[in-house]
Amino acid sequence: MKDQLHYLSGLVNAGRMSRREFMGRAAALGLTAAAASTFMSSAVMAAGPKKGGTIRMGLQGGSTTDSLDPALAANQVALMVNRLWGEPLVDQAADGSIEGKVAESFESSADARVWIFKIRNGITFSNGKSVTAADVVESLDRHSGEDTKSGALGIMRGIKNMTADGDSVIIEMETPNADLPYLMADYHLIIQPGGGKDAPDAGIGTGPYVLKDVDMGVRFVAEKNPNYWGDLGNAETIELIVINDNTARVAALQSGQVDLIDRVPPRTAGLVARAPGINVHTTSGPGHYVFIAHVDTDPFANQDVMLALKYGINRQEMVDKILFGYGSVGNDTPINAAYPLFTEFEQREYDPDKAAHHMKKSGYDGPVLLRTSDNSFPGAPDAAALFQQSLAGAGIKLDIKREPNDGYWSEVWNNKPFCTSYWGGRPVQDQMFTTAYLSTADWNDTRFKNEQFDQMLLSARAELDLGKRKQTYADMGSILRDEGGLICPMFNDFVDASSDRIAGWVEGTAGYALMNSYAPHRMWVA
Amino acid sequence: MPPIVKLLAQRIALGLLLLFLVSILIFVGTIILPGDVAQSILGQSATPEALANLRRDLGLNDPPVARYFAWLGGILQGDLGTALTSGQDIATAIGSRFSNTLFLAFWAAIISVPLAILLGLVAVRYKDRWPDKLISGVTLASISIPEFLIGYVVMYVIGVKLRWFPSVAMINDSMSLGEKLSAIAMPVMVLTLVVLAHMMRMTRAAILNVMQSAYIETAELKGLSGFQVIYRHAFPNAVAPIVNVVMLNLAYLVVGVVVVEVVFVYPGMGQYLVDHVSKRDVPVVQACGLIFAGVYILLNMVADIVSILSNPRLRHPK
Repeated sequence: MKDQLHYLSGLVNAGRMSRREFMGRAAALGLTAAAASTFMSSAVMAAGPKKGGTIRMGLQGGSTTDSLDPALAANQVALMVNRLWGEPLVDQAADGSIEGKVAESFESSADARVWIFKIRNGITFSNGKSVTAADVVESLDRHSGEDTKSGALGIMRGIKNMTADGDSVIIEMETPNADLPYLMADYHLIIQPGGGKDAPDAGIGTGPYVLKDVDMGVRFVAEKNPNYWGDLGNAETIELIVINDNTARVAALQSGQVDLIDRVPPRTAGLVARAPGINVHTTSGPGHYVFIAHVDTDPFANQDVMLALKYGINRQEMVDKILFGYGSVGNDTPINAAYPLFTEFEQREYDPDKAAHHMKKSGYDGPVLLRTSDNSFPGAPDAAALFQQSLAGAGIKLDIKREPNDGYWSEVWNNKPFCTSYWGGRPVQDQMFTTAYLSTADWNDTRFKNEQFDQMLLSARAELDLGKRKQTYADMGSILRDEGGLICPMFNDFVDASSDRIAGWVEGTAGYALMNSYAPHRMWVA
Repeated sequence: MPPIVKLLAQRIALGLLLLFLVSILIFVGTIILPGDVAQSILGQSATPEALANLRRDLGLNDPPVARYFAWLGGILQGDLGTALTSGQDIATAIGSRFSNTLFLAFWAAIISVPLAILLGLVAVRYKDRWPDKLISGVTLASISIPEFLIGYVVMYVIGVKLRWFPSVAMINDSMSLGEKLSAIAMPVMVLTLVVLAHMMRMTRAAILNVMQSAYIETAELKGLSGFQVIYRHAFPNAVAPIVNVVMLNLAYLVVGVVVVEVVFVYPGMGQYLVDHVSKRDVPVVQACGLIFAGVYILLNMVADIVSILSNPRLRHPK
């Protein structure tokens, strides 16, 4: 807990958070997130983790075109493989707070403009070299240079200057950012020797495992790193097989060829759970399936049209029929209880009368064209059809255009005025809003441009008083909910499964699927 | 046999011309698809800067014609190039993939071809009686069911319920031959079921056709048993169409097994090609396309030559 509470206690020590606030926040972490169940399940498993053995997992998402370069990681398999051999400066702990990895501790200046990360003493890369502050600066630099291809470029843009000072790295921001540690937890930002500038895909880092066998998009084998600084990693060997076909992945688990799989199809998850020796785990997260409209394009520029569409969607029906209950209803903001500073709004319900009223008021009477494809999210064409039905109940005509999967992200998403899409979510509000709802954001896929919203975002970023910050985020959410182009019917749960051969699953871990991709590290062969 | 040599030379020249045309078709095809390799690599998370940087690094700003000829120049020197997406050497990557595909195709062929011909012969021997109807019924049913469904059924029954063979046909270099054969047992089963009917029906039809001839009647009159008549007299005269259909199916076993590879997670060429098509990795798609086209052309050429050699009228043209 020491590491995890460091961020908060640092604020207390600097006098920027009262003790009462700290206690409240820590209790909230325990109640809302996983801490309570972490302690509970570890008490139940009194025997504790066993060392040794092999954990085998079958994951979806890998491709033969992947690279070991963490800057190019873009799927679950790449994320998992990077988690094995490498580590970022810091990462999200099970309860959603930030814990140190390569950095032992971190603190900020009073205005959160300058951050200092202290590098963990005496740790080495898997090639034997010790980790220096210079390695860290070079690594971060590789993701922020002019000619980087990194998926993390967007979040590195706010950094003005990085310097190595002894065993510390000093990061100066353009504008104050109280959430910088969360940005540094991005899975692209793995610390590599020399920044990985010579050999970005060498797979050499400070992770708890060392890659032994690499066959891109097929199979990875990793063995325990004997020199790892921490106690993470129970199994001696971890084998990762890429199984993209849903049925094949479930069959591999059922036939005992793998112990752990991700993305159990919601449609069959109930059946899988009934099989003997199989445990299905659902984890709610920040990911959401959405209908997005460009609010600078007619007819969506007319707020009454947007409101008509928002009242004309049956959210509960979508959760029941598209997610098969493995999820929760959305409320037209990208934020849910997975975020630390979440404020609940009154739930917007399906109301055909209100939808018809707003449509009439808007003066627009033509049909609305929605584009969708199978890969925009699982079941997207079915969700579009449900939307069509519920809108028909309000006398609004929705035309559906089915687009090919190929090229959907380049030709339709962020390009055409109204389409289906998904968001994986971000660990904190600031990052989610900055990524998709700031006027200048590259991925502003709803063309939402609101000066007041932008200003509130910047002021919240520099605000170290959590109460004030929470209020600002609530106000921003309210603006987005009423004026934004986002129609968010549902938040999808992660549905993973493991066999009885391994134990140690922790329910409710924050972050990505498979216990924030730490399941193979934290679980053990029973 | 000079006419044969001339024919061979003609066929090979034609084959090379076909390969050249195929390479142009594939290149044009990957160019006109929406999106490009940079967009596909970065996916939804592409920023304009990252896209521009990646495009520049991959040489995507050169005109397509220049890129095509640069590639062609490399091929003529035996250099397949490097993959745009992962930077791996294509020849090395394809080498292991292709040998895996051939390994699977080989064992599927070893089982399915003799089995199909044998079943065909049995079906002819017991024409219109229950063995013929049973064989035709079963094989036609298995070819009519989509192969992924057969795959799932086999996987459920043999892999999950009986646990005779692994449901994931993952092979790697550290496995012994026995382990590899056990791993590919289920995909081989499925492939056999898929290709059996075509070859079996063709064998049956071709032999039945020959069975109408006068010399078959003579053979029967001189007292040969039913199987001997088919084996000694009918089969050699029906070889040409049978070889043709066998070759077509062998080609299918190499180039058409993508679905089976995906279902059983087999690291062959099919999955490799599909991944790279979806990423618009043109050099890899070109190389795979060229190899597939080469296999197809080669096997068809073999079929032609065998049918010519087996037929004296074609062997000694007037």
